[in-house]
Amino acid sequence: MALLLNEEQEMLKTSAKEYLNKQAPVAALRFLRDANDKTGYNKALWNEMAEMGWCALTIKEAYGGMGFGYVGLGQILEESGRTLTASPLVSTVLLGATLVELGGTEAQKQALLPLVAEGQLTLAVAFEEKNAHRPLAVETQAKVDGDDIVLSGKKVFVLDGHVSDKLIVSARKEGEIALFLVDANTPGLSIERQIMMDSRNAATVSLDGVKVKAADQIGDQSTLEKALDIARIGLAAEMLGTTQEAFERTIAYLKERVQFKVPIGSFQALQHRAATMFSEIEICKSMVLKALQDIDADSAELPVMASMTKAKIGEVIQLVTNEAIQMFGGIGMTDDEEIGFFLKRARVAQQTFGDYNYHLDRFASLNGF
Amino acid sequence: MIDTANTDLALFKKETREWLIANCPESMRQPVKNGFEEIYGGGRKAEFISEDQKIWFERMRDKGWTAPTWPAAYGGGGLSNAQGKILKEEMADLGCRAPLWSFGLMMLGPAILHFGTEEQKQKYIREICRGEIWWCQGYSEPGAGSDLAGLQTSAKDMGDHYIVNGQKVWTSYANKADMIFCLVRTDNEVPKQRGISFLLIDMETEGVSVQPIKLISGKSPFCETFFDNVKVPKENIVGRVNEGWTIAKNLLTHERTTVGNLFGSILPLHEFAVEAVGMENGKLADSTLRPEVARLMINSFGLKYAIDQTMDMTKAGHQPGAKSSFFKYYGTELNKDRYELMVALKGYEGLQWGETYEEGKLARDMCRTKGNSIEGGTTEVQLNIIAKHVLGLPIKK
Repeated sequence: MALLLNEEQEMLKTSAKEYLNKQAPVAALRFLRDANDKTGYNKALWNEMAEMGWCALTIKEAYGGMGFGYVGLGQILEESGRTLTASPLVSTVLLGATLVELGGTEAQKQALLPLVAEGQLTLAVAFEEKNAHRPLAVETQAKVDGDDIVLSGKKVFVLDGHVSDKLIVSARKEGEIALFLVDANTPGLSIERQIMMDSRNAATVSLDGVKVKAADQIGDQSTLEKALDIARIGLAAEMLGTTQEAFERTIAYLKERVQFKVPIGSFQALQHRAATMFSEIEICKSMVLKALQDIDADSAELPVMASMTKAKIGEVIQLVTNEAIQMFGGIGMTDDEEIGFFLKRARVAQQTFGDYNYHLDRFASLNGF
Repeated sequence: MIDTANTDLALFKKETREWLIANCPESMRQPVKNGFEEIYGGGRKAEFISEDQKIWFERMRDKGWTAPTWPAAYGGGGLSNAQGKILKEEMADLGCRAPLWSFGLMMLGPAILHFGTEEQKQKYIREICRGEIWWCQGYSEPGAGSDLAGLQTSAKDMGDHYIVNGQKVWTSYANKADMIFCLVRTDNEVPKQRGISFLLIDMETEGVSVQPIKLISGKSPFCETFFDNVKVPKENIVGRVNEGWTIAKNLLTHERTTVGNLFGSILPLHEFAVEAVGMENGKLADSTLRPEVARLMINSFGLKYAIDQTMDMTKAGHQPGAKSSFFKYYGTELNKDRYELMVALKGYEGLQWGETYEEGKLARDMCRTKGNSIEGGTTEVQLNIIAKHVLGLPIKK
């Protein structure tokens, strides 16, 4: 397949760019942050996103979706990365709905996916327990008690955990990792918001004898692993948007900021660093598109592709956001200037679903070395 | 409806593969170990290193497949771009070595096809396709490296011929070459880029002398070439007088078309690493170099996808200019890192200084890669170009 967007995908990207620039610019995130907004995202905005079909993009038509594919969702994520838009796109659509589609029974898919597609249901996947991304280090227990499953344990860094209608929780059932669908208001569940540096949502989830039915199981370890690979690539698309925007703002600043009576962008010391970043970003653009296409093609190489892409974008977003602050100089250190928001979002996104080192290691292991 | 174009291509693919299997000798399908020395370069003084090399070259030459997509009227294969791509892919898949590699194919041919006269095409393109003439390139001078347009080798108009005086440097294989294509100064009175012409000179002409240059890697194909009152016929100019800079720039933008993977298949970096240091508990035994191997592999894949994407853009009718501007810089820096890493993986063994791969050619090759980011436009010049022409950063007054 050609490494290009088709016309429909281009149109989707353009309309997302226009919409987000107008309705959810970086100032909107600042507003949510400064207002100590309990929800952490704008529900009216989320409803509009759903109306535009963004929640339905990757869901199959049989379940009320559009079957438009992950290349399409990737364009929305990339644009939302440029504006640092806070929304449940990653938790609910990218990870949650993907996981339901991969691991759900027919009944679960019929019950959940049409609601997600309409923007009526939000999902949070509670799979982390350690202080860094270790999706297979699961200690939460799922004890079988007749028809019931009793969940006990503690989850951290659950994206949108405190504002989701349902959670999908990983736990060990008879030693094996299994996933369970849990209503957010189930007794025994306590959820506490964690304030993160990017002003986006994450929560700690404690499960103290939370009872669900055996029929609430929604997939196993392989479901989680595949959904995570897809989510890694989708998040990489968001990070690509963030990287590009931070870079373009920096280049604009280099042209505008005058010192020693010349624009600082005329200094070769800065020009070469800018050109280096340009090159790295071009690599990321091609790689992210290839990875998104690989999801839609159901490629057997998806795990390698996911680790490659998440590692590379993690490396480049760190470079670009650091250089951005340095090149903005003193003004870049102020909260008034928006460039700092990019660095803060970058660091959280880098850790989410595995950072650079995690994925270099996984890439090596997957390649047999 | 039957898509005849695609049906034809499918048939071409099948026939090409069958022909390659039947005609490419087994030894020409093995990876090259000693670099360019094992690829036939042609020329008046050419010798084949094996009977198989000769057979393979002659068979490909007779089909015009040393230059598959060049016009058949001048000795090329006359294939369409789509057919050329299929041939390239099939050769890569079978591990076939390039039957011929030369500056004529890579550099001069495209320039003559674009700017040359009918007579020049009939003569030079045919010779290049048939591997009859070994061409070398005379661009750089001791005083004109990154500032190439500052070159001083002069060609004085004597009515029916030119008299050339000056010195060229980094003329690869000048000691083996039959002809040299040169940038020469034909006008001193105009801005430097506008007084340069593109001239073809026979190396056997009186007044041409060659001195090899020894590099940090040991032996090298590079030479200095001196011109002392060298008489060159007027018909040897390509394009118009003082148009040489345009031709030189055009020539550098040409896709470097080679047939198949030049050296057959290359051992993937992680396989090299495992061979060099072994495995321990399911991981590469060197835990420090392991992530570095992964990093370089990822960057290689990234560059490949970026190149693929520009090819797809071109096919779809878009200009990939900006997208391809960093390939030279990125690829050469990556290659330097790759060789440093291979030497590190090999340890003391990687530092041995020998003539062949088995004796330790790696250290030589590593030294040679240092030139990658200097030749053909330094990394710094490439970054300047990106900064100014792609990012639009201001030029310092």
